[in-house]
Amino acid sequence: MNATTVVAPPIAAKSVSPTWRRFRDAFRRHPTALIGGVILILMAAIAVLAPWMGTIDPQAVFPARRLKPPSAEFWFGTDMLGRDVYSRVVYGARVSLIVGLAVAALSTLLGLAIGLVTGYVRRLDAVVMRVMDGLMSIPSVLLAIALMALTKASIGNVIIAITLAEVPRVVRLIRSLVLILREQPYVEAAIAAGTTLPRILVRHVLPNIVAPLLVQGTYVCGSAMITEAILSFIGAGTPPNIPSWGNIMAEGRSLIQIAGYLILYPGICLSLTVLAVNLLGDGMRDALDPRLARRM
Amino acid sequence: MIGYIVRRLFSTVIVMAVVAFVVFSLLYLTPGDPAAIIAGDIATDEDIRRIHARLGLDDPFLVQFGRWVWSLAHGDLGTSIFTNLPVTQLIGQRIEPTVSLTLCTLVVSILVAVPLGVTAAAKAGGWLDRGVMAFSVLGFSVPVFVFAYILILTFSVELDWLPVQGYRTFHDGVWQWLRHLILPSVALGTVYVALITRMTRASMLDVLAQDYVRTAEAKGLAPEQVLIGHALKNAAIPVVTIIGVGVALLISGAIVTETVFALPGIGRLTVDAILRRDYPIIQGVTLIFSAVYVLVNLAVDLSYVLFDPRIRLT
Repeated sequence: MNATTVVAPPIAAKSVSPTWRRFRDAFRRHPTALIGGVILILMAAIAVLAPWMGTIDPQAVFPARRLKPPSAEFWFGTDMLGRDVYSRVVYGARVSLIVGLAVAALSTLLGLAIGLVTGYVRRLDAVVMRVMDGLMSIPSVLLAIALMALTKASIGNVIIAITLAEVPRVVRLIRSLVLILREQPYVEAAIAAGTTLPRILVRHVLPNIVAPLLVQGTYVCGSAMITEAILSFIGAGTPPNIPSWGNIMAEGRSLIQIAGYLILYPGICLSLTVLAVNLLGDGMRDALDPRLARRM
Repeated sequence: MIGYIVRRLFSTVIVMAVVAFVVFSLLYLTPGDPAAIIAGDIATDEDIRRIHARLGLDDPFLVQFGRWVWSLAHGDLGTSIFTNLPVTQLIGQRIEPTVSLTLCTLVVSILVAVPLGVTAAAKAGGWLDRGVMAFSVLGFSVPVFVFAYILILTFSVELDWLPVQGYRTFHDGVWQWLRHLILPSVALGTVYVALITRMTRASMLDVLAQDYVRTAEAKGLAPEQVLIGHALKNAAIPVVTIIGVGVALLISGAIVTETVFALPGIGRLTVDAILRRDYPIIQGVTLIFSAVYVLVNLAVDLSYVLFDPRIRLT
């Protein structure tokens, strides 16, 4: 990205690493990023503490109390099988967060590995990048749909399908960074000093990639949550026996005119969570690229 | 210029070849027997054998790929497992609503987003600018179907101004056709508008800081002339690029939007195919949509010639 990370003032480098100092400053300058972080922590807490959030079994069917509108007893109402929508939405947070985090972690790690190798091995570069271009030309939701149509519906398969659709973008980013970094004077100096390639990658290239990779990972997380919801919504995602926000909305699809709350509550939760992730990502990006920060 | 065009055409051919290969090999990448998964849980061995034969899964991989490419070259995308009709015919029957929806959205989005981005950049830091930025963050966060349902609940269920669902063909009258497309287009276009506005604004801010803009202002040109004639023309390339890249959002979004508004388009065809595990349809749709995306971006790259004389002259 830029060399400033490396030539930070020595006084600051003693206490905190310059990257983290910039993150800290960004949170001070961008209260919205802080709000995003707080919402995310709250959502994570809700997901982890789901059984103790005043919920009942999200799969428990009560035909006698079908389609009850929101009330003091059923905060978000009940669905066509009499299941408590509040409990289902609370448990649904688990699916969104697990898929978002897992896809972000997997695709950044995979993208990092492929990007580092292609950026350094010229012979592989052309081949791998053509494959990535091809993969990127398939709209990611369609690629995930095609993969899900060929596997059994499960959260694991959803994660794999979305990861495959997201990896090429990460590879692109890493490769472009590596191509810039390998020409930097300090890398050339390291080569001249006889440093081995693995050591150059770990000591000189990797530290400059971590920050943009984290930002990219945040955006991947938000986009993965939306893709999971889309897949579940059209019946190609999380299996129906696990409540996810997309599933709950899918079940409300035909009932929109009489039971709009079936769509509204999970929809608001999903939008809020993705918004929180994006705000966090924007804050981090601003922290890492002050030139871009003033404009975007 | 000719060199540039030839190079771009060549790389498009390669990308399309990779796309075709990826779409084809998905069937073999997934673990287990694809025929068994397509056949479903209650399938007999006979069903699975039938699908094996239908998809030609018993031949070597390269033979199958060769045969598939050969029929592709003849405009044959295979046969639907469920309806036994050619996939090209099924797609042809469903193409009108999808084209209506995406073209409407594309045109309206660009007409809204570019002026919005230009104005936001011209008055950077003002209330409009802040509003545009807030809108774009929201636009990226609210999924298209959530927004679609909010629109339906507001304008169809509560206010009863527009139809909840459904589609009228162009032949039923332009007004009816348009009425059924308003909400779907707004829902589908929001994230696209957010994307284009943000890029227009960023690109304009870059250009407005250039010396030649100051010169243009100094020689007394009207602000609009500077903004449109000098700044926008030079800011165009990133904007046109993002319009092309964003078409992927339109395609993915169209599948969801058609599901929400019950539009009988290619998106509905895909979703029905998922439920029936009719893989040849999914394969065909994926290939066609990817081809459209690649061709749109080829057109975008070729349009650089209009904006950048450096490409035109070399």
